[in-house]
Amino acid sequence: MSESAFQIFVNALLANNFVLAMFLGLCPFLGVSGKLDTAFPMGVATTFVMLVASLCAYGLNLLLTAFHLEFLRLISYIVIIASAVQLVEMVLKKYSPALFRALGIYLPLITTNCAVLGVALFQTARDYSFVQSVVFAVGGGAGFTLALVLMASVRERLTLSNVPDLAQGTALSLMLAGILSLSFMGFAGLGG
Amino acid sequence: MNTAQYKTWDEFTEGIWRQNPVFVMVLGMCPVLAVSVSAVNALSMGLATMFVLVCSCGLVSLLRRMVPKEVRIAVYIVIIATFVTAVDYAIQAISLALYDALGAFIQLIVVNCIILGRAEAHASKNPPLPAMLNAAGMGIGFAVGLFALGAVREILGAGTLFGITLFGASFQPWVIMVLPPGGFFVLGAWLLFFAWLERRKLRRAAPTTEAGQHV
Repeated sequence: MSESAFQIFVNALLANNFVLAMFLGLCPFLGVSGKLDTAFPMGVATTFVMLVASLCAYGLNLLLTAFHLEFLRLISYIVIIASAVQLVEMVLKKYSPALFRALGIYLPLITTNCAVLGVALFQTARDYSFVQSVVFAVGGGAGFTLALVLMASVRERLTLSNVPDLAQGTALSLMLAGILSLSFMGFAGLGG
Repeated sequence: MNTAQYKTWDEFTEGIWRQNPVFVMVLGMCPVLAVSVSAVNALSMGLATMFVLVCSCGLVSLLRRMVPKEVRIAVYIVIIATFVTAVDYAIQAISLALYDALGAFIQLIVVNCIILGRAEAHASKNPPLPAMLNAAGMGIGFAVGLFALGAVREILGAGTLFGITLFGASFQPWVIMVLPPGGFFVLGAWLLFFAWLERRKLRRAAPTTEAGQHV
Protein backbone atom coordinates (compact mmCIF):
# COMPACT_ATOMS: atom_id res chain seq x y z
CA MET A 1 0.00 0.00 0.00
CA SER A 2 1.70 3.15 -1.15
CA GLU A 3 -1.22 5.51 -1.52
CA SER A 4 -0.30 9.13 -1.01
CA ALA A 5 -1.79 10.96 1.93
CA PHE A 6 -3.85 13.15 -0.39
CA GLN A 7 -5.32 10.14 -2.19
CA ILE A 8 -6.34 8.58 1.11
CA PHE A 9 -7.95 11.81 2.24
CA VAL A 10 -9.98 12.32 -0.95
CA ASN A 11 -10.97 8.67 -0.98
CA ALA A 12 -12.22 8.72 2.59
CA LEU A 13 -13.92 12.09 2.14
CA LEU A 14 -15.72 11.60 -1.18
CA ALA A 15 -15.20 8.48 -3.28
CA ASN A 16 -15.50 6.02 -0.40
CA ASN A 17 -17.54 8.25 1.88
CA PHE A 18 -18.05 6.39 5.15
CA VAL A 19 -21.77 6.92 5.31
CA LEU A 20 -22.92 7.01 1.72
CA ALA A 21 -20.63 4.47 0.09
CA MET A 22 -19.55 2.17 2.90
CA PHE A 23 -22.64 2.25 5.13
CA LEU A 24 -20.80 3.05 8.34
CA GLY A 25 -22.35 5.17 11.06
CA LEU A 26 -25.89 5.05 9.74
CA CYS A 27 -27.55 5.23 13.17
CA PRO A 28 -26.40 8.79 13.96
CA PHE A 29 -26.76 9.64 10.26
CA LEU A 30 -30.48 8.87 10.40
CA GLY A 31 -30.92 9.90 14.05
CA VAL A 32 -29.15 13.25 14.40
CA SER A 33 -29.67 14.63 10.90
CA GLY A 34 -32.99 16.29 11.75
CA LYS A 35 -31.51 19.70 12.47
CA LEU A 36 -28.44 21.43 11.12
CA ASP A 37 -27.57 22.92 14.54
CA THR A 38 -26.93 19.52 16.09
CA ALA A 39 -25.67 17.78 12.96
CA PHE A 40 -22.51 19.83 12.61
CA PRO A 41 -21.25 19.61 16.25
CA MET A 42 -22.03 15.90 16.20
CA GLY A 43 -19.91 15.49 13.08
CA VAL A 44 -17.01 17.40 14.63
CA ALA A 45 -17.20 15.42 17.89
CA THR A 46 -17.23 12.15 15.96
CA THR A 47 -14.27 13.27 13.87
CA PHE A 48 -12.34 14.05 17.02
CA VAL A 49 -13.14 10.66 18.56
CA MET A 50 -12.10 9.01 15.28
CA LEU A 51 -8.76 10.80 15.38
CA VAL A 52 -8.07 9.86 19.01
CA ALA A 53 -9.23 6.28 18.43
CA SER A 54 -7.10 5.99 15.31
CA LEU A 55 -3.98 7.22 17.13
CA CYS A 56 -4.54 4.89 20.08
CA ALA A 57 -5.39 1.96 17.83
CA TYR A 58 -2.18 2.48 15.87
CA GLY A 59 -0.05 2.39 19.01
CA LEU A 60 -1.99 -0.50 20.46
CA ASN A 61 -1.69 -2.54 17.30
CA LEU A 62 2.11 -2.25 17.42
CA LEU A 63 2.00 -3.53 20.97
CA LEU A 64 -0.39 -6.39 20.19
CA THR A 65 1.63 -7.48 17.15
CA ALA A 66 4.84 -7.38 19.18
CA PHE A 67 3.35 -9.78 21.74
CA HIS A 68 1.43 -11.89 19.15
CA LEU A 69 -1.93 -11.09 20.71
CA GLU A 70 -3.83 -10.27 17.51
CA PHE A 71 -6.93 -12.10 18.69
CA LEU A 72 -7.39 -9.45 21.39
CA ARG A 73 -7.51 -6.68 18.78
CA LEU A 74 -11.28 -6.26 18.58
CA ILE A 75 -11.82 -6.26 22.34
CA SER A 76 -9.03 -3.80 23.02
CA TYR A 77 -10.12 -1.47 20.20
CA ILE A 78 -13.63 -1.23 21.54
CA VAL A 79 -12.35 -0.53 25.05
CA ILE A 80 -10.06 2.19 23.68
CA ILE A 81 -12.91 3.82 21.79
CA ALA A 82 -15.11 3.79 24.87
CA SER A 83 -12.37 5.49 26.86
CA ALA A 84 -11.77 8.04 24.08
CA VAL A 85 -15.46 8.94 24.12
CA GLN A 86 -15.33 9.26 27.90
CA LEU A 87 -12.34 11.58 27.52
CA VAL A 88 -14.09 13.77 24.96
CA GLU A 89 -17.12 13.89 27.22
CA MET A 90 -15.07 15.09 30.20
CA VAL A 91 -13.17 17.69 28.17
CA LEU A 92 -16.37 19.06 26.64
CA LYS A 93 -18.10 19.17 30.00
CA LYS A 94 -15.22 21.18 31.46
CA TYR A 95 -14.53 23.62 28.61
CA SER A 96 -17.81 23.90 26.69
CA PRO A 97 -20.80 23.01 28.86
CA ALA A 98 -23.20 24.53 26.31
CA LEU A 99 -22.13 22.18 23.55
CA PHE A 100 -22.07 19.29 26.03
CA ARG A 101 -25.73 19.89 26.82
CA ALA A 102 -26.65 20.35 23.16
CA LEU A 103 -25.24 16.98 22.18
CA GLY A 104 -26.77 15.21 25.18
CA ILE A 105 -27.29 11.49 24.80
CA TYR A 106 -25.64 11.34 21.37
CA LEU A 107 -22.21 11.93 22.85
CA PRO A 108 -21.91 8.59 24.72
CA LEU A 109 -23.54 6.89 21.75
CA ILE A 110 -20.48 7.69 19.63
CA THR A 111 -19.02 4.55 21.26
CA THR A 112 -21.37 2.36 19.26
CA ASN A 113 -20.85 4.31 16.04
CA CYS A 114 -19.48 1.74 13.66
CA ALA A 115 -17.66 4.42 11.68
CA VAL A 116 -15.25 4.91 14.60
CA LEU A 117 -14.50 1.22 14.98
CA GLY A 118 -14.43 1.03 11.19
CA VAL A 119 -11.57 3.54 11.01
CA ALA A 120 -9.54 1.53 13.50
CA LEU A 121 -10.24 -1.79 11.77
CA PHE A 122 -9.65 -0.58 8.22
CA GLN A 123 -6.35 1.12 9.00
CA THR A 124 -5.15 -2.13 10.56
CA ALA A 125 -6.44 -4.23 7.68
CA ARG A 126 -4.77 -1.98 5.11
CA ASP A 127 -1.45 -1.68 6.98
CA TYR A 128 -1.48 2.10 6.98
CA SER A 129 1.55 3.93 8.33
CA PHE A 130 1.21 6.46 11.13
CA VAL A 131 0.69 9.47 8.83
CA GLN A 132 -1.67 7.52 6.58
CA SER A 133 -3.76 6.48 9.59
CA VAL A 134 -4.10 10.05 10.82
CA VAL A 135 -5.07 11.32 7.36
CA PHE A 136 -7.53 8.45 6.95
CA ALA A 137 -9.20 9.23 10.27
CA VAL A 138 -9.47 12.96 9.54
CA GLY A 139 -10.74 12.33 6.00
CA GLY A 140 -13.28 9.78 7.19
CA GLY A 141 -14.47 12.13 9.92
CA ALA A 142 -14.75 15.02 7.48
CA GLY A 143 -16.72 12.79 5.11
CA PHE A 144 -19.05 11.77 7.94
CA THR A 145 -19.58 15.43 8.87
CA LEU A 146 -20.19 16.34 5.23
CA ALA A 147 -22.81 13.63 4.78
CA LEU A 148 -24.50 14.56 8.06
CA VAL A 149 -24.62 18.28 7.19
CA LEU A 150 -25.92 17.62 3.65
CA MET A 151 -28.61 15.30 4.94
CA ALA A 152 -29.65 17.74 7.68
CA SER A 153 -29.92 20.62 5.21
CA VAL A 154 -32.13 18.59 2.87
CA ARG A 155 -34.31 17.39 5.73
CA GLU A 156 -34.77 20.91 7.06
CA ARG A 157 -36.07 21.94 3.65
CA LEU A 158 -38.22 18.86 3.46
CA THR A 159 -40.27 19.83 6.51
CA LEU A 160 -41.76 22.60 4.38
CA SER A 161 -42.77 20.39 1.47
CA ASN A 162 -45.84 18.28 1.05
CA VAL A 163 -44.94 14.59 1.35
CA PRO A 164 -47.43 11.68 1.28
CA ASP A 165 -48.04 10.48 4.89
CA LEU A 166 -47.17 6.95 3.93
CA ALA A 167 -43.58 7.91 3.13
CA GLN A 168 -43.11 10.09 6.22
CA GLY A 169 -40.25 9.20 8.57
CA THR A 170 -37.56 6.62 8.04
CA ALA A 171 -38.67 5.52 4.58
CA LEU A 172 -38.31 9.08 3.30
CA SER A 173 -34.90 9.51 4.97
CA LEU A 174 -33.70 6.29 3.35
CA MET A 175 -34.86 7.40 -0.09
CA LEU A 176 -33.08 10.73 0.45
CA ALA A 177 -29.94 8.94 1.54
CA GLY A 178 -30.19 6.81 -1.60
CA ILE A 179 -30.30 9.89 -3.82
CA LEU A 180 -27.38 11.48 -1.93
CA SER A 181 -25.46 8.25 -2.29
CA LEU A 182 -26.26 8.19 -6.00
CA SER A 183 -24.75 11.65 -6.40
CA PHE A 184 -21.67 10.66 -4.39
CA MET A 185 -21.10 7.81 -6.82
CA GLY A 186 -20.11 10.53 -9.26
CA PHE A 187 -16.88 10.88 -7.27
CA ALA A 188 -15.90 7.26 -7.89
CA GLY A 189 -12.35 6.95 -9.15
CA LEU A 190 -11.43 10.45 -7.98
CA GLY A 191 -8.94 9.23 -5.38
CA GLY A 192 -7.20 6.98 -7.92
CA MET B 1 -48.17 -22.65 33.64
CA ASN B 2 -50.07 -22.08 30.45
CA THR B 3 -49.78 -18.32 30.60
CA ALA B 4 -46.05 -18.59 31.34
CA GLN B 5 -45.60 -20.78 28.30
CA TYR B 6 -47.61 -18.37 26.22
CA LYS B 7 -45.50 -15.46 27.42
CA THR B 8 -42.26 -17.21 26.50
CA TRP B 9 -43.62 -18.06 23.06
CA ASP B 10 -44.71 -14.47 22.67
CA GLU B 11 -41.23 -13.26 23.58
CA PHE B 12 -39.84 -15.54 20.91
CA THR B 13 -42.14 -14.43 18.11
CA GLU B 14 -41.93 -10.76 19.06
CA GLY B 15 -38.61 -10.29 17.32
CA ILE B 16 -39.67 -12.11 14.17
CA TRP B 17 -42.66 -10.02 13.26
CA ARG B 18 -44.07 -7.42 15.65
CA GLN B 19 -40.73 -5.95 16.72
CA ASN B 20 -38.71 -6.95 13.69
CA PRO B 21 -35.31 -5.28 14.19
CA VAL B 22 -34.86 -4.42 10.51
CA PHE B 23 -38.32 -3.30 9.41
CA VAL B 24 -39.98 -2.08 12.60
CA MET B 25 -37.22 -0.87 14.90
CA VAL B 26 -34.80 0.06 12.07
CA LEU B 27 -31.79 -0.88 14.20
CA GLY B 28 -28.38 -2.07 13.13
CA MET B 29 -28.69 -0.62 9.68
CA CYS B 30 -25.00 -0.54 8.80
CA PRO B 31 -24.44 -4.28 8.26
CA VAL B 32 -27.95 -4.63 6.81
CA LEU B 33 -27.25 -2.27 3.96
CA ALA B 34 -23.60 -3.08 3.41
CA VAL B 35 -23.83 -6.86 3.30
CA SER B 36 -27.18 -7.37 1.56
CA VAL B 37 -25.63 -7.34 -1.92
CA SER B 38 -26.50 -11.01 -2.43
CA ALA B 39 -28.78 -13.49 -0.71
CA VAL B 40 -25.94 -15.76 0.43
CA ASN B 41 -24.00 -12.92 2.05
CA ALA B 42 -27.13 -11.61 3.71
CA LEU B 43 -28.09 -14.98 5.11
CA SER B 44 -24.65 -15.79 6.50
CA MET B 45 -24.39 -12.36 8.07
CA GLY B 46 -27.82 -12.89 9.62
CA LEU B 47 -26.77 -16.26 11.04
CA ALA B 48 -23.49 -14.86 12.41
CA THR B 49 -25.34 -12.02 14.11
CA MET B 50 -27.92 -14.44 15.49
CA PHE B 51 -25.21 -16.65 17.00
CA VAL B 52 -23.55 -13.69 18.72
CA LEU B 53 -26.93 -12.39 19.86
CA VAL B 54 -28.06 -15.67 21.45
CA CYS B 55 -24.71 -16.47 23.09
CA SER B 56 -24.09 -13.00 24.51
CA CYS B 57 -27.67 -12.63 25.75
CA GLY B 58 -27.38 -16.00 27.49
CA LEU B 59 -24.13 -15.05 29.18
CA VAL B 60 -25.33 -11.56 30.11
CA SER B 61 -28.42 -13.11 31.63
CA LEU B 62 -26.36 -15.63 33.63
CA LEU B 63 -24.15 -12.86 34.97
CA ARG B 64 -26.97 -10.41 35.58
CA ARG B 65 -26.74 -10.57 39.39
CA MET B 66 -22.95 -10.34 39.48
CA VAL B 67 -22.30 -7.33 37.27
CA PRO B 68 -22.27 -3.98 39.10
CA LYS B 69 -24.70 -1.52 37.55
CA GLU B 70 -22.07 1.17 36.92
CA VAL B 71 -19.88 -0.89 34.61
CA ARG B 72 -22.55 -3.04 32.98
CA ILE B 73 -22.26 -1.53 29.49
CA ALA B 74 -18.50 -2.11 29.45
CA VAL B 75 -19.01 -5.71 30.60
CA TYR B 76 -21.65 -6.32 27.91
CA ILE B 77 -19.41 -4.89 25.21
CA VAL B 78 -16.51 -7.12 26.26
CA ILE B 79 -18.79 -10.19 26.30
CA ILE B 80 -20.12 -9.35 22.83
CA ALA B 81 -16.62 -8.66 21.49
CA THR B 82 -15.47 -12.08 22.73
CA PHE B 83 -18.19 -13.92 20.81
CA VAL B 84 -17.65 -11.78 17.73
CA THR B 85 -13.95 -12.65 17.75
CA ALA B 86 -14.92 -16.33 17.90
CA VAL B 87 -17.33 -15.96 14.96
CA ASP B 88 -14.73 -13.96 13.04
CA TYR B 89 -12.16 -16.78 13.32
CA ALA B 90 -14.78 -19.45 12.65
CA ILE B 91 -15.93 -17.88 9.37
CA GLN B 92 -12.32 -17.41 8.32
CA ALA B 93 -11.79 -21.13 8.87
CA ILE B 94 -15.00 -22.27 7.16
CA SER B 95 -14.97 -20.16 4.01
CA LEU B 96 -12.34 -17.63 3.08
CA ALA B 97 -14.38 -16.38 0.11
CA LEU B 98 -17.30 -15.57 2.39
CA TYR B 99 -14.92 -13.91 4.86
CA ASP B 100 -13.58 -11.65 2.12
CA ALA B 101 -17.08 -10.80 0.91
CA LEU B 102 -18.30 -9.80 4.37
CA GLY B 103 -15.06 -7.97 5.14
CA ALA B 104 -14.88 -5.82 8.23
CA PHE B 105 -18.59 -6.18 8.84
CA ILE B 106 -18.16 -9.40 10.81
CA GLN B 107 -16.04 -7.56 13.35
CA LEU B 108 -18.44 -4.64 13.23
CA ILE B 109 -21.15 -6.91 14.68
CA VAL B 110 -19.74 -5.67 18.02
CA VAL B 111 -21.26 -2.24 17.53
CA ASN B 112 -24.57 -3.54 16.18
CA CYS B 113 -27.13 -1.71 18.30
CA ILE B 114 -29.52 -4.69 18.29
CA ILE B 115 -27.19 -6.83 20.38
CA LEU B 116 -26.35 -4.22 22.99
CA GLY B 117 -30.00 -3.15 23.02
CA ARG B 118 -31.21 -6.71 23.70
CA ALA B 119 -28.54 -7.26 26.35
CA GLU B 120 -29.50 -4.06 28.14
CA ALA B 121 -33.27 -4.13 27.68
CA HIS B 122 -34.06 -7.82 28.01
CA ALA B 123 -31.24 -10.19 28.96
CA SER B 124 -30.10 -8.16 31.99
CA LYS B 125 -33.56 -8.51 33.56
CA ASN B 126 -34.59 -12.06 32.67
CA PRO B 127 -33.41 -15.62 33.39
CA PRO B 128 -31.22 -17.29 30.73
CA LEU B 129 -33.87 -19.34 28.92
CA PRO B 130 -36.37 -16.57 28.09
CA ALA B 131 -33.48 -14.23 27.35
CA MET B 132 -31.98 -16.64 24.85
CA LEU B 133 -35.37 -17.36 23.29
CA ASN B 134 -36.04 -13.68 22.88
CA ALA B 135 -32.57 -13.21 21.42
CA ALA B 136 -33.16 -16.11 19.02
CA GLY B 137 -36.41 -14.52 17.86
CA MET B 138 -34.68 -11.20 17.31
CA GLY B 139 -31.86 -12.97 15.48
CA ILE B 140 -34.29 -14.79 13.20
CA GLY B 141 -36.12 -11.53 12.54
CA PHE B 142 -32.82 -9.87 11.71
CA ALA B 143 -31.80 -12.70 9.39
CA VAL B 144 -35.20 -12.65 7.66
CA GLY B 145 -34.95 -8.89 7.17
CA LEU B 146 -31.45 -9.18 5.78
CA PHE B 147 -32.51 -12.00 3.47
CA ALA B 148 -35.52 -10.03 2.21
CA LEU B 149 -33.23 -7.16 1.34
CA GLY B 150 -30.45 -9.29 -0.09
CA ALA B 151 -32.77 -11.39 -2.26
CA VAL B 152 -34.46 -8.34 -3.81
CA ARG B 153 -31.13 -6.67 -4.46
CA GLU B 154 -29.61 -9.79 -6.00
CA ILE B 155 -32.64 -10.52 -8.20
CA LEU B 156 -32.86 -6.96 -9.51
CA GLY B 157 -29.18 -6.16 -9.59
CA ALA B 158 -27.73 -9.35 -10.99
CA GLY B 159 -30.75 -11.38 -12.16
CA THR B 160 -29.78 -14.30 -9.93
CA LEU B 161 -30.79 -15.82 -6.60
CA PHE B 162 -28.20 -17.83 -4.64
CA GLY B 163 -26.09 -17.57 -7.79
CA ILE B 164 -28.72 -19.31 -9.97
CA THR B 165 -29.74 -17.32 -13.03
CA LEU B 166 -33.45 -16.57 -12.96
CA PHE B 167 -34.08 -14.79 -16.21
CA GLY B 168 -33.19 -15.37 -19.87
CA ALA B 169 -30.18 -13.94 -21.60
CA SER B 170 -32.13 -10.85 -22.58
CA PHE B 171 -32.35 -9.69 -18.94
CA GLN B 172 -30.56 -6.41 -18.43
CA PRO B 173 -29.25 -6.33 -14.82
CA TRP B 174 -30.30 -3.33 -12.82
CA VAL B 175 -26.76 -2.68 -11.61
CA ILE B 176 -27.66 0.24 -9.38
CA MET B 177 -29.37 -2.19 -6.99
CA VAL B 178 -26.13 -3.89 -5.99
CA LEU B 179 -24.35 -0.56 -5.64
CA PRO B 180 -24.65 1.46 -2.41
CA PRO B 181 -27.65 3.63 -3.44
CA GLY B 182 -29.67 0.48 -4.21
CA GLY B 183 -29.40 -0.59 -0.57
CA PHE B 184 -31.03 2.63 0.59
CA PHE B 185 -33.72 2.45 -2.10
CA VAL B 186 -34.68 -1.19 -1.49
CA LEU B 187 -34.86 -0.76 2.28
CA GLY B 188 -36.90 2.41 1.79
CA ALA B 189 -39.25 0.51 -0.51
CA TRP B 190 -39.67 -2.33 2.02
CA LEU B 191 -40.49 0.22 4.74
CA LEU B 192 -43.03 1.85 2.43
CA PHE B 193 -44.56 -1.57 1.76
CA PHE B 194 -44.92 -2.31 5.48
CA ALA B 195 -46.37 1.15 6.13
CA TRP B 196 -48.90 0.45 3.37
CA LEU B 197 -49.81 -2.93 4.91
CA GLU B 198 -50.30 -1.27 8.28
CA ARG B 199 -52.44 1.43 6.70
CA ARG B 200 -54.60 -1.11 4.89
CA LYS B 201 -55.15 -3.05 8.12
CA LEU B 202 -56.26 0.13 9.88
CA ARG B 203 -58.57 1.07 7.03
CA ARG B 204 -60.16 -2.35 7.06
CA ALA B 205 -60.76 -2.09 10.78
CA ALA B 206 -62.04 1.49 10.59
CA PRO B 207 -65.17 1.29 8.34
CA THR B 208 -66.92 -1.25 10.58
CA THR B 209 -66.62 0.94 13.67
CA GLU B 210 -67.58 4.01 11.68
CA ALA B 211 -70.60 2.27 10.22
CA GLY B 212 -71.51 1.16 13.72
CA GLN B 213 -71.41 4.76 14.87
CA HIS B 214 -73.57 6.00 12.01
CA VAL B 215 -76.23 3.41 12.58
